[in-house]
Formats: sequence, structure tokens, C-alpha cells
Amino acid sequence: MVHTLKGALALGTALMLATSAMAQDKRVVTWNADYDPIPLAAAEALIADFEAANPEIDIVLTNFDHEAYKNAIRNFLTADAPDLANWYAANRMRPFVEAGLFADISDVWAKNGLNESLASSVLSSTIDGKQYAIPYTYYQWGIYYNRDAYKAAGVDLPAEGGVSWDQFLANCEKFKAAGIDCVTTGSSALWPVAGIFDYVSMRTNGYQFHSDLAAGKISWTSPEVAAVFDNFGKLQPFVTENHAAIDWQDAAALLVQGKAANYVMGNFAVGVFKEGGMTNDNLGFMVFPEITAGVARAEEAPTDTIHLTSGAKNPEDAKTFLAYIASAEAQTKWNGAVGQLPTNKNASVDANDPFLTAGFNALSTATGGIAQFWDRDADAEYAKAGMEGFQQFLVQPDQRQAILDRLEQTRLRIYPQ
Amino acid sequence: MAQASQPVARRWTQRSLAPWLFLAPGLFMFTVYVIWPIIQSVTLSFFDWNGLYNKDGQFTGTFVGMGNYAELMRDPAFETSLWNNLKWLVLYMLALPIGLFIAIFLNQTVTGIRVYKSLFFFPFVISQVVVGLIFAWFYAPNFGLFYLLTESVFGKGTAILADPDLVTYGIIVAGLWPQIAYVMILYLTGLNNVAPDQIEAARLDGAKGWRMLWYVILPQLRPATFIAVIVTVIGALRSFDLVSIMTNGGPFGSSRVLSYYMFEMALGEYGFRMGYGAAIAVVLFAIMMIFISGFIWKMWRDEKER
Repeated sequence: MVHTLKGALALGTALMLATSAMAQDKRVVTWNADYDPIPLAAAEALIADFEAANPEIDIVLTNFDHEAYKNAIRNFLTADAPDLANWYAANRMRPFVEAGLFADISDVWAKNGLNESLASSVLSSTIDGKQYAIPYTYYQWGIYYNRDAYKAAGVDLPAEGGVSWDQFLANCEKFKAAGIDCVTTGSSALWPVAGIFDYVSMRTNGYQFHSDLAAGKISWTSPEVAAVFDNFGKLQPFVTENHAAIDWQDAAALLVQGKAANYVMGNFAVGVFKEGGMTNDNLGFMVFPEITAGVARAEEAPTDTIHLTSGAKNPEDAKTFLAYIASAEAQTKWNGAVGQLPTNKNASVDANDPFLTAGFNALSTATGGIAQFWDRDADAEYAKAGMEGFQQFLVQPDQRQAILDRLEQTRLRIYPQ
Repeated sequence: MAQASQPVARRWTQRSLAPWLFLAPGLFMFTVYVIWPIIQSVTLSFFDWNGLYNKDGQFTGTFVGMGNYAELMRDPAFETSLWNNLKWLVLYMLALPIGLFIAIFLNQTVTGIRVYKSLFFFPFVISQVVVGLIFAWFYAPNFGLFYLLTESVFGKGTAILADPDLVTYGIIVAGLWPQIAYVMILYLTGLNNVAPDQIEAARLDGAKGWRMLWYVILPQLRPATFIAVIVTVIGALRSFDLVSIMTNGGPFGSSRVLSYYMFEMALGEYGFRMGYGAAIAVVLFAIMMIFISGFIWKMWRDEKER
């Protein structure tokens, strides 16, 4: 059973729907989500399967508009909590956990052996030793490239495992000479620059450094950060000019048109590239090049999660459904329909999709760790200050010292020593 | 007893009661939708709160006293916003002379003048969101008209909205477009009321051109100028929609204004610092109060002179 709602009307209507559903003799589990059409259809299919196996339970999904959801969740968790709610892992769920609005579901993890099967997501689902989330999907980040642009500039195509950092920078020189942007991005919404920064940072100093930096444990004036900005500075001259004024979709157009060669992005961009006319023949994927030799390769893979709310009226059946969502079978089905990666290691991915296969391989061999992305690993306010600094550095590299000093001040304010 | 209740009964005659009855609906709305939110905002500005209630519906904020204000004083983003607001205030005043000029230009009787007037008024009728989008495309790098123009003239295109030094001016120009139209309409109606006999008399005395405008026309337009200044000042201070549509305050926060910064801090994706946002709102309110009390004082004085 699925309802689609938008904006302010959503809450009131959800209330009415919930009461009308109560009248049936099935046990109702309510679930608030923010799906686009394709994920929504996939979720409906999951619900149908679950209800077939558990005929006494009725899952009522209320779907919100994606942007409206971010505000709506803050109201409905307090005012009229559903049993289940979609949100994100790591620091993004922290405010709700600390306000006691998401419930501890460590028992679901323990009972279903999820620490084993969802091993890669244990850290991002855990706060203070307890699990508060069921991760059911993630997607890899990496470099998407246009093979035609490589040919046009006379640059050798990257090999299966990507290229070395020196080779990548040398390629960039060639692209520049050919009038093609080596690395493109559209940072008017800030977060795309965080992807580039995170990779430079993780390849320079490793996963633990990324994690500590995002947690405010590392000084922005430290030599490690200086090394990251040295490398970031090497990339800076090759990034699309005026990226600060364009959206990530506009930059995707540059890649599609062959005006740019590489794009550090998440796998969700593949749909946009393909809508623009690219195919598996000219769109390529590689992992971000190794910078410091010997640093274990870590990857970014932001995870989407479902949570049990503290105000849940039917927590027992909701937990049954959560266990189902965590299962390999459900994750294979949902992610197969949506084109993302399952977090359950026993699930399988569509072998015909080269990007999913590449992503699955990249993540399963990432011995360094799986990062959630700068704006999910760091506290919201700190994340924003950081991203503004990264964007400014890409526009005004000469302001480096001022940027680092300002970030350090912000750090000392948010995390008093 | 009877003596004590008598003055009360006398006070509530129909004449003294009627004004309050007529005022009551307005006062009620004003209290609920203006006074009460102001009190709440000021109260909230002394708290550190992420906008969440816990599951029992209890407020989760903590009292920090003047902490938010102390932080504002040291916040470079707040300083940028304040400066940008000042730029808006000063440059927005350009709408007055330009609007007046266009109004005088259009204040003539030729065939089809109504069509021209409507065309000039058009930008004020369309939504600010549409104005913002039009200008964002106009400035857009790679395909925007302005970018292509500068590219053909200087050989290198200027992407205004990506340039931290130019971005605020770019947005102000977009804001001036509808504001000029607004001021123009105010002056056009004002010009209708200019006494023809005074102009006739001035002409006989040999006044024309600038002197006629300055000494004869403008003094008669004072009520229109007064309103135009008020709407322009308020328009400049609440410049939120254009910033939000065109840049989201970027690049790296260089086009923020106070109202946008408040939104970012209180309701933006990386914000939800309600107390800090409320503190910004209180500062913005204080700045507006300077102008508003000035206007009210002037109106009160004018009323008394009559």
C-alpha cells in the first residue's frame, strides 16, 4: 500500500490515512520515505513480497517529495511518528539519535547476524556502540571519463585499475593543451567539491585521516593537511573554470559533450550521462589514482538507511520488516531495480552493468575503508565550513593560508580543545 | 460599591468602546502574527537548539545567554553578510533617480503610451524567482548572453556569479530591474498630481530643464519620493529570493545577505541552528527598526503639522 504526498499537506493526510488503515484487521506498519519514481516502484515490489510472506502484516508506505522530506522528518518524528523512516547513516542520523527519536535496533542486528552480512556498514550504522540504522543501499564514487575526449586529446585510455597520480596529472597537461577540461565539476551546491577533496585527502593520508579530519580531531595547520592541499593544488589548474556558478548536472553536460574528460562523481550520475547520449562504449569508470604509495585504498560510498522510530506504534512487526530489508534477497532485488549497490555482502549485482560491477569490485577490494562522504562524516556546520573552504581554494588557490586559518578557527570553536 | 463601579460604567461609553472594537481584529492579528513571533525569536536567540523536540515533546535546547551574539561578532560570514546588505542598501537607491527619469520620459501623450508604460512596468509584475532565473541564465558561464558578450569584447568571458568580487553586484542589478519599475509607477502616479498652474507659472518666470525639475516638480513629488525610499530600503533589506535563486549565497558565501544567512543557519540543509538563526534575525530586525522608526517618526510629525 503506497501513498504519494507532497509538502505541507503530507502530515495531515498521513494522519488520516493511518487511522483509516487501522480499521483493517491486519497489523499495520507505517513507513515514511522520500523516493523518486524508480526507487518507489522497487520499494513497492519489496512490500508486495514481504506481505505475501507475512500476510498478517500490512506495510503502509507514505512517500514524500525528496526536498520536503528533509524538513518534514523533523516534524513527523515528534508530532506523529511512523514506525519506520528513511534517513542517512553516520553523522547525519546523530541529531535524531541524540534527541532520542530513532530507536536502538542492536537486537535486530544481533538476531539476524547483520554484523557479519552488513560488515562494511557496521561503523556507519553505529553510535556509541549501538546500531540505529538498517543500511540497504549505497553507491560508489570515482572518476567517470569520456573515452572520446581521451581520443580527441590523444591521451591513452586508462587501464583497468586506473592510472597513477603522476600519469593523471601528465594527462591533464595534454587535455589542457587540447582545450579540454581535465577534471570537471559543478559546485554551486558545494558538495561536489567535497568529493574531490575527500579523494585527494584519503589517497594522501588514508581513511583514518579522513575520518579524524571530519571529526575535528586534526588541525588544519598540520603538515598532513598541508600535504593534502599541495596535491589538491596540483589538480586545481585543471578543474573547469567557473565551476562555482554551475550545477553538477551542467558539468555532466560538459563531460557528455567532450568538453571535459574526467568527472569525480557518484554512480547516480551515470543516468544523467546516459540521458545525455553516452553509452557503455564511450563512458568509462576508474578509481581515483593512488597518490601516496602504500596507503590502503579507501572509497566513498554514501549509505541510505531505514530507521525504527522511538514513537513507533508497532515496533515488533517493524523489526521483522527491517530484518527483511537487510536480507540479501531483498537487497539484490531493490538495488537491481534501482541500479545501486547492496550493502549485504551476500547479495548480488547485475553483471551486465559495467559501472555497478566496477563499483562492487572497487568497494569490496577497498581495504582502507568505506567513507560516507565529507558532509555525512562531518558535523553539518563543520561540513559546510569545510566545503566553502574547498570551493574557495579551487577558485582562489592563493588564499590557501587564509582558508586554512579560518577552518582552524571554526574547528576550535566547534570542537573546543 | 455603587460609587466605585460608577466611573467604570462611565468610561465604557459607546464612543470610547467603538474604536477598540474596530481595532480588535487588527490588534489580535498583529499580536499573534507579529508581536508574538518577535518575542519568540528574541527568546530563541538566547538558546542553542537544533530544532528538535524529543519523543515526549520536550524542548531539547540549552540556554547559552548572549553566546550566539558573541559568536556573531567573531563570525566572518556574518561580517560578509552585513557588508553585502550595505551594498544592497546603497546601490538599491539607484532605483530612485532611474525610476524618476523613466517616469518623466513616459509622462507624455503619444499614441500607444499605455503599451510602453506596461512594458516598462512588466518586470515588477513577474515573480522575483523568474527574474532571478532570467538573470542567472543571462550570466551563465559558457552559454549566457552576458558571458558571450564579454567573451567577444575582451576575449575572455566573465562569469559574474562565479566571481566572489562581482557576484553581489550581479545580483543587485537583477534586483534593480523590477525595483526601478516599481519606483517608476510610484512617480508616474505622482506626476499626475503635479499642479499644472505651478508649472505654467514657473515657465512664465523662465524656469526650464533641471531647474524646473529640482525646484518645481520634485518638491511636489515628495510624497511619492517618501514611499519610494521606504519600499526601496525594505526591498534591499529583505533581498532573499534573488540570492537564493541565483547563487545560494555562493561562491563560498560571498553573496550572502543577512536574511539569507539567517535562513541558511536556521533552516538550510547544513543548518538547523535555530538559536543562531534567531540571533541573526534579531540583528536584522534591529537594523530595520532604525529605518522603520525614522519613517514612523516622520509620518507622525507630518500628521501633527496638519
